[in-house]
Amino acid sequence: MSTDITSNDLDHAHDGHDDHDHKPKGFLNRWLFTTNHKDIGTLYLFLSLIAFLVGGSMAMVIRAELFMPGLQLVEPDFFNQMTTMHALVMVFGAVMPAWVGFANWLVPMMVGAPDMALPRMNNWSFWILPFAFTMLLSTLFMDSGGPASGWTLYPPLVLQTGNSLAFVVFAVHMLGISSIMGSINIIATILNMRAPGMTLLRMPMFVWTWLITAFLLIAVMPVLAGAVTMLLTDHFFGTNFFNAAGGGDPVMFQHIFWFFGHPEVYIMILPAFGVISEILPTFSRKPLFGYSSMVYATATIAFLSFIVWAHHMFTVGMPLQGELFFMYATMLISVPTGVKVFNWVSTMWKGSMTFETPMLFAIGFVVLFTIGGFSGLMLAITAADFQYHDTYFVVAHFHYVLVPGAVFALMAATYYWLPKFTGNMYSEKWGKIHFWLSTIFVNVLFFPQHYLGLAGMPRRIPDYSPQFADFNMISSIGGFAFGATQLIFVGVILHCIFRSKVKATGQVWEGARGLEWTLSSPPPYHSFTTPPEVSHNMVRHAD
Amino acid sequence: MAQHAEGAYYVPHGSKWPIVGSLGMITMLVSAANWMNGSASAEWTFWLGLAILVFMLFGWFGTVIRESQAGLYNAQVDGSYRLGMSWFIYSEVMFFAVFFGTLFYVRALSVPWLGGEGAGAITNEVLYQGYNAVWPTNGPGNVGGEFSTIPAFGVPFINTLILLSSGLTVTLAHHALRSENRKWLVLWLAATVSLGFFFVYLQAHEYIEAYTELGLTLGSGIYGATFFMLTGFHGMHVTLGAIMLTVIMLRSMKGHFKPRNHFAFEAVAWYWHFVDVVWLGLFIFVYVL
Repeated sequence: MSTDITSNDLDHAHDGHDDHDHKPKGFLNRWLFTTNHKDIGTLYLFLSLIAFLVGGSMAMVIRAELFMPGLQLVEPDFFNQMTTMHALVMVFGAVMPAWVGFANWLVPMMVGAPDMALPRMNNWSFWILPFAFTMLLSTLFMDSGGPASGWTLYPPLVLQTGNSLAFVVFAVHMLGISSIMGSINIIATILNMRAPGMTLLRMPMFVWTWLITAFLLIAVMPVLAGAVTMLLTDHFFGTNFFNAAGGGDPVMFQHIFWFFGHPEVYIMILPAFGVISEILPTFSRKPLFGYSSMVYATATIAFLSFIVWAHHMFTVGMPLQGELFFMYATMLISVPTGVKVFNWVSTMWKGSMTFETPMLFAIGFVVLFTIGGFSGLMLAITAADFQYHDTYFVVAHFHYVLVPGAVFALMAATYYWLPKFTGNMYSEKWGKIHFWLSTIFVNVLFFPQHYLGLAGMPRRIPDYSPQFADFNMISSIGGFAFGATQLIFVGVILHCIFRSKVKATGQVWEGARGLEWTLSSPPPYHSFTTPPEVSHNMVRHAD
Repeated sequence: MAQHAEGAYYVPHGSKWPIVGSLGMITMLVSAANWMNGSASAEWTFWLGLAILVFMLFGWFGTVIRESQAGLYNAQVDGSYRLGMSWFIYSEVMFFAVFFGTLFYVRALSVPWLGGEGAGAITNEVLYQGYNAVWPTNGPGNVGGEFSTIPAFGVPFINTLILLSSGLTVTLAHHALRSENRKWLVLWLAATVSLGFFFVYLQAHEYIEAYTELGLTLGSGIYGATFFMLTGFHGMHVTLGAIMLTVIMLRSMKGHFKPRNHFAFEAVAWYWHFVDVVWLGLFIFVYVL
């Protein structure tokens, strides 16, 4: 079959052996048809940076509207489209692709492989994304406007979206297909491509956290696909999944969505845990404290993420047994998370610490993510949640775990590995300026939102009572400043890639251990063309 | 061409098929969305997008088959493909789990609540007085009108027997393949493919009967929704599996598979057993109970 299709793919197929850093010629060949894990990783990271700016601009619209009470700039419906799209773009466009980008770059190098296990599929998982995002963002320009239901897409509200609903649903399908293929690839690489001696319990924490993240992704992306498919048929084909008159139940959508949605939260944060567990030992010049407990804690968090979903729905009307179960299960998560925070602090304890930019972001992560964790514990208390639910307290909580949490970890990872990726050192001065401005303004931005929420300000509403005016103005000022600060980040990255004169050594950081540091900076096109022998002292955690 | 010792890495270089696939996918889905919104011309571009996707599948799998036949793949590549297929099937399991979960949720919780059980007592009193929450139901609004269901021990039972025996025939084909008996390999595969398509034919027949005689449609409340979504997605998977088996049969006729090296066959057999197991779940929870 299909022999009529001429293809020169065969001629291009080689063993890793025969390639001595031969990058493909020509722009299209290099970027469109690539099967190289580093090129695909770079594509992912640039897409993510663009999405970060696009999603950030939407956040600026939100904060500008909320700068003062009353309707100032945009129509309420457009405001709701902004909150919806900001979340969808940041979750699916900025954070997730950034982690997949780092996984692409790092996992083969960390386990001692030449490339990912399934390189052609790797290309497809990336090249679905630009199309999916174009489709998703195009809904903003349609007559009916984009989805304005919040990223949770709850029916019946979301079913009032006009023609654009079908585009949103299909975009989500494409994002899901991309994530599933990417995750299958990462799992196959980790389980099948490790160099001799790289046993499972010798793997770097970043590899471990991604293995578990990939498992979560394959488990829950099909669930989201099923949920949005039911929205599609309810809207266009007359089914009654979420219509009580037909025997369905709109609350059922919330259950299905959050069965996806809660593991999704950990999909964004587990690789962050991995990155922090890589960076803290390097700049503390000590092995990671409690490596194996880190692995088990990560697996425990992943398992628990499947049985806590209804804590997002305490006020929707559930039987009391359900409320209690989900409260206790949610609180259980603080145990493995506490193990992690304890291990990070113990790693730094009595270490010979230095404070380069990645270390600053990592320490910032530990402190600020933990604040988000504590407010999460407050939200887990069912009775108290009746007061906090759908207020700015929730907004403050999840932004603390996602911005100075996941995004700070992404920035730490960028500063930590960019010299390895590019062969050039970034500007330490501007990196530090970026860190301090980000850390100050992210707190100015989100900390007041705790008080707004406790005082009862609802989320996803463009107007508010005058009593909330002061803190909203402070929050908006923090927002604008935080947004502007990120332009420094873009500048530092571009400078490092294209302008920096300071060359990085292969080792880059004196305290760093792991296979990726045994390669040159930048590493050869195919990371390891023959499997390296993994000796004990190459492994980060010598415990 | 390079030599391929066991243990050396295999890395394929540059492929145009992924981007072709993306173009096909976006053409198909944008057209589908426009089609749903009433655009007349979108139907044609939808089929164009699907054709591009099929072209991509032929090209991509063709490349893989040629690489495999050329002996480029070592045990490590085989391992990656096995992991890939296993986790793909796992994602499919989770996709069906959504619709099974929906069925269980409405039957065990939300329909009884509509009927006034537990915390639903007041709601029932105020909104749905007199609603008799018995499965099968199309809800208190009697949405989609009166309907009757397809009895389990008619065609669905025959379909169960068909799929179970197709699981047996594909295993017999596998045994024939391992003992290098190409004639019986092809014959048993032909039997499996025929059983697969016969299943789809009977299922289509049932759908026509449901729509024309039983009054059971996709719009028949929650019963119609869960019934058609579960059996419909399953039927699509059987169709896809039967097409995949057909390709495997054609490749067997060309002598592609070796007794110890035939992962494509095994992958499709895994997939076939997967749709088989899903059907058993459907037969029990959709038709019998």
